[in-house]
Amino acid sequence: MTSPMTSAAHDEPWEEPLDPTARGVPGDGRRAARWLPRLLPRGTDVPEDLRAHVARYGGPPYRGAAQLLVGDVRAAGLTGRGGAAFPVHRKLAAVLDAARRSRYSRPVVVANGAESEPASEKDATLLWLAPHLVLDGLQLAAEAVGADQAILCVHAHRGGDVGIALRRALAERDGAQIDKVPVELAEAPPRFLAGQETALVNRLGGGPALPTFVPPRVTERGLGNAPTLVQNVETLAHLALIARYGPRWFRAAGTELEPGSMLCTLRRADGVSRITEVPLGTPLCDLLGGRDVEGTVLVGGYHGTWIPAGKAAALTLDSQSLRGAGASPGAGILITLPPTACGLAETARVARYLALESAGQCGPCLNGLPRIAGALDELAGPRPRRRTVEDVQRWAGLVTGRGACHHPDGTARFVRSALIAFAGELGLHERGRCSATSRKWFLPVPADPARTEEDWM
Amino acid sequence: MSEPTANRLLVNPIECSGHGACAELLPEMITTDEWGYPMVDGRPVPPALERDARRAVSACPVLALRLVPAEVAPEARTGRA
Ligand SMILES: Cc1cc2nc3c(=O)[nH]c(=O)nc-3n(C[C@H](O)[C@H](O)[C@H](O)COP(=O)(O)O)c2cc1C
Ligand code: SF4
Ligand code: SF4
Repeated sequence: MTSPMTSAAHDEPWEEPLDPTARGVPGDGRRAARWLPRLLPRGTDVPEDLRAHVARYGGPPYRGAAQLLVGDVRAAGLTGRGGAAFPVHRKLAAVLDAARRSRYSRPVVVANGAESEPASEKDATLLWLAPHLVLDGLQLAAEAVGADQAILCVHAHRGGDVGIALRRALAERDGAQIDKVPVELAEAPPRFLAGQETALVNRLGGGPALPTFVPPRVTERGLGNAPTLVQNVETLAHLALIARYGPRWFRAAGTELEPGSMLCTLRRADGVSRITEVPLGTPLCDLLGGRDVEGTVLVGGYHGTWIPAGKAAALTLDSQSLRGAGASPGAGILITLPPTACGLAETARVARYLALESAGQCGPCLNGLPRIAGALDELAGPRPRRRTVEDVQRWAGLVTGRGACHHPDGTARFVRSALIAFAGELGLHERGRCSATSRKWFLPVPADPARTEEDWM
Repeated sequence: MSEPTANRLLVNPIECSGHGACAELLPEMITTDEWGYPMVDGRPVPPALERDARRAVSACPVLALRLVPAEVAPEARTGRA
């Protein structure tokens, strides 16, 4: 009898196809390893239940002790999929190290499904379709760092159905006794900062979802002062597959330097959006719908970078390529702005939102972000003063690197890139004109800014 | 152990209330921005300034300024990056 717990750690996926529909498809094993999607079950829009999940993947391949998974994660080259692309093995090692030194409290693992970025939907989609993959990853990460507590945190408002599905998934796992560590389901308030890791830990500890000063890092002293591992939910899903199929399998997709695949939220100019999983290194033109796509592309969401579509089409989805354009893959958001919209007005509206979402805790951020937003409002209107662009540039410089979190840095990058990408539009505005032909806003912006302290809870 | 020269200045921007007292005591390494908040040179404090740096640290009324070993200071928060 094989219980789920004892399944082999390194099943090669071509012996046990990831996707049932892949059975019988001609081609050798290496091709199979490159088959995507890896994370999202194909051809369904209902959550995969535990039975189907285990039939497809087997149970979580526990290693039997802490630390044993770290080598595989390192060899796989897995990086965080929450935006910063930090090497996962280094965080695992940091938590293990802190746990060794602290001795008082066992580590905690937090699965970050806050998905606070309004334009992103990939984490909610993953949690909805493949909850058990994320929950497997959470268990395996908990085992890897010797944690005795795990928390899965989801975005409160968007999480309605997802929350119900996750509760069901957790109950299924309870019944099957598949988990080694109890999992608590928590909600993050619908604030842009809520997914930032110190804010998340602050909230989980009973405080507001506001960032705290680093050091100490949460890996050192996080929730309840315990060494805390915070990983994006997609990162954990990849980890769950690396634990099963190994680093070589993981590396069959992606580039040498940036292996694996990532989930992307693609928002096309016609307003249609979809979630897709692609290898790192995928040509952006494949994602944007061809080389001759027009307009301007926002790469990386509201902390990301505007790039003229023509230029973007020549880039690939990996840090190496995007760095040259001042961008990074971030959390995999790609938005094509339709030619009917005014990029400056859209940017100004988002900048206002980002300024309102600043926690206002740090002087430069508190002073700089509203000024930047105000200046962009002016640039988005007719006949802005010339010096306003200089003001934005100076303020963007002044806020960068000077907050307790990276919110001002990301906001500055976003608005600076707009000044470059929409320079032509700015010229029109200076002459009192605007190229926009639609009066409808394109970029999604939540309507309700935080008013009271309750809104951060 | 780390040498004194390996120390860097670090501002906790959440605590800092922009008094600027630090900048007066260590103008070589701390200036203030147009809103009165300190912009700190993120490079290692040279030995000749170590004493003044310590005085600036103790002058901060809200304990927002710290002198920490270089490896503790996150690179991004140098204020002049
Ligand atoms: C303003 C801000 C918002 C963030 N929101 C999220 C989020 O919603 N989800 C997420 O996974 N990471 C978010 N992050 C990144 C987290 O701080 C953290 O780096 C991440 O959860 C770590 O997981 P990973 O290494 O697996 O990506 C945010 C960061 C910032 C600065
Ligand atoms: S940098 Fe801005 S958003 Fe981040 S904690 Fe400070 S005030 Fe809040
Ligand atoms: S003395 Fe302290 S509170 Fe005043 S500006 Fe310097 S760091 Fe900030």
